[in-house]
Amino acid sequence: MRVCVIGAGAIGGLFAAHLAKVADVFVLTRRQEHAQALNARGLRVSGRHDFTARVTATPDPGELPDFDVAIIATKATGLEQAAQSLNGRFADATIATVQNGLGAEEVVRRHGEWHLISAVTFMSGTKHSDTHVEYILDTPTWLGPYGDTPYERVQELAQLLIESGLEAEALPDLRPAQWSKLIFNATVNGVAALTGLPHDAHFAAENVESDLGHLVHALVDEGKLVAAAASVELRDDPWEMNVLATKRGSAHYPSMLEDVEARRPTEVDLINGAIVREAERHAVDAPLQTAVYRLVAAREASYS
Amino acid sequence: MRVCIVGCGAVGSLFAANLAQLEDVEVWAYDLFGEHVEAINRAGLRLSGAGDVLGRLQATSDPASLPACDFGIVATKAMHTAAAVEATAAAFTGGCVATVQNGLGNEEAIARFAERVIRGTTFPAGKLVEPGHVQWDVKGDTTLGPFEPRPAPFAEVERLADACTRAGMPATAVRDARGPQWRKVIFNAATNPVGALTRLTHGRVCDDPGLRRLVSGLVDEGKAVAAAQGISLDADPEELIDHAAKPEVAYDHKASMLQDVEAHRPTEIDYLNGGIVGFGREHGVPTPLNRAIWSLVKGLEQSW
Repeated sequence: MRVCVIGAGAIGGLFAAHLAKVADVFVLTRRQEHAQALNARGLRVSGRHDFTARVTATPDPGELPDFDVAIIATKATGLEQAAQSLNGRFADATIATVQNGLGAEEVVRRHGEWHLISAVTFMSGTKHSDTHVEYILDTPTWLGPYGDTPYERVQELAQLLIESGLEAEALPDLRPAQWSKLIFNATVNGVAALTGLPHDAHFAAENVESDLGHLVHALVDEGKLVAAAASVELRDDPWEMNVLATKRGSAHYPSMLEDVEARRPTEVDLINGAIVREAERHAVDAPLQTAVYRLVAAREASYS
Repeated sequence: MRVCIVGCGAVGSLFAANLAQLEDVEVWAYDLFGEHVEAINRAGLRLSGAGDVLGRLQATSDPASLPACDFGIVATKAMHTAAAVEATAAAFTGGCVATVQNGLGNEEAIARFAERVIRGTTFPAGKLVEPGHVQWDVKGDTTLGPFEPRPAPFAEVERLADACTRAGMPATAVRDARGPQWRKVIFNAATNPVGALTRLTHGRVCDDPGLRRLVSGLVDEGKAVAAAQGISLDADPEELIDHAAKPEVAYDHKASMLQDVEAHRPTEIDYLNGGIVGFGREHGVPTPLNRAIWSLVKGLEQSW
């Protein structure tokens, strides 16, 4: 089995290192130095697991051999370029997208007729260096078929992930899980980016009238209305996901917060924008989600 | 007549130094900033910029040293109103107390400690350059009127307005001063926090069509709350917002709330959007966008 992981951030790194235990893993990086470092030193995982994996890395898509499975683990903002780099090649491969938000599969589909798998991942990690990722949360990755992808391909990839030591589950229909995470991310990441707060107890506080928990709750409720209008039955209640996450020991810094603090482009268009577009498509009012979307997008515009 | 300025920051100093020019007015100032008080007593209170004025007055941080006054003019930041008026209330047992502060709820806070209260809204602005010296940035009008639940006699309102006008701070006494107050509050609540959350200047907020629609949504809620109380605004906040966005007016202006956020100072959000939400609740008018913005800025304050 040969697996290609595209994008070697925290999530891509965790997939690549674990899968290297059960498959030949190739990693496509953005930077030449990153590939060189991985080839020279391997990829170390610490935290939940502790090992160093051997992977083959390159910044040049032309050097990728035929693979059975690819996992595209770039940020949403790097997705188009990643799909472009595979354009028209490896026709029989299975490709999984693990981007936040909605719409990653459509972007990849424009570049080839691969069997696509939709995935959402709840695992989290911190990239300490080009060759070291800390595995922080071992919450699962859920996978489902996109379009007419045979379900067996989904089950095979889920099985491979489990054998590699990661938590994974195949689902015949991913949309309930995907939408649960979408609503959760749009709400929590957007509010974190605007307030500067990590995902902590403020997000669940509903005591005085101005408490942030009221807003989080109202944003989740709007998201649920949009999901219902799109005929999606949520797998998990995003409000409960929020409350649960704030009870963990250390507060998580959502990537959108890290992005605005570093004045980088955020994933707001794929995450918050997706909810707003779905609301429009199904003629549902989502004034608060729309407000958060516009505020974060404008915050990004303030960099220049 | 004898007037005491309660809170002699930028706006308080504009009233204090100008009123001190009048032969028939004796001016006192109460402020907790010791160096400012000392500088005023030593060398007078100097204004420069829109007008060059040197006012001779008596300043103190000790409320017990205040003589009985005909008028108080409260000009603290809104979060300090109750404490400042409680401390100085003995000086006003026979007089009237006016507010020239931002936001909603100041009159109610003053009325807990004073018998005769004057509702007020003022547009001049400045900033404290150094102790004893305030830069006068913008001239503007002041509107004064009896605070309905604990009204000052209208003749007294006129007497104070007349003194301010003669001193070079044009003021009008009106029977219902709520219109100008709500016009200013709605303008500020719809624009200041949006600038603070996105870090954009007033003009750039208005250039972004999506963001401008959010501003209009906030204005509409404020107008509905004003209408439910029978308040007629003296001008349309929408027109004022567009006017201020012109390059020659205030395109590059950073809202004071944005300046507060950049300096990690508490903002006046509770008295702007929080005030609109509170009055909306009282009068059965829903204000979801103002409430969302209120929570986001409170969250931002909590992140410091």
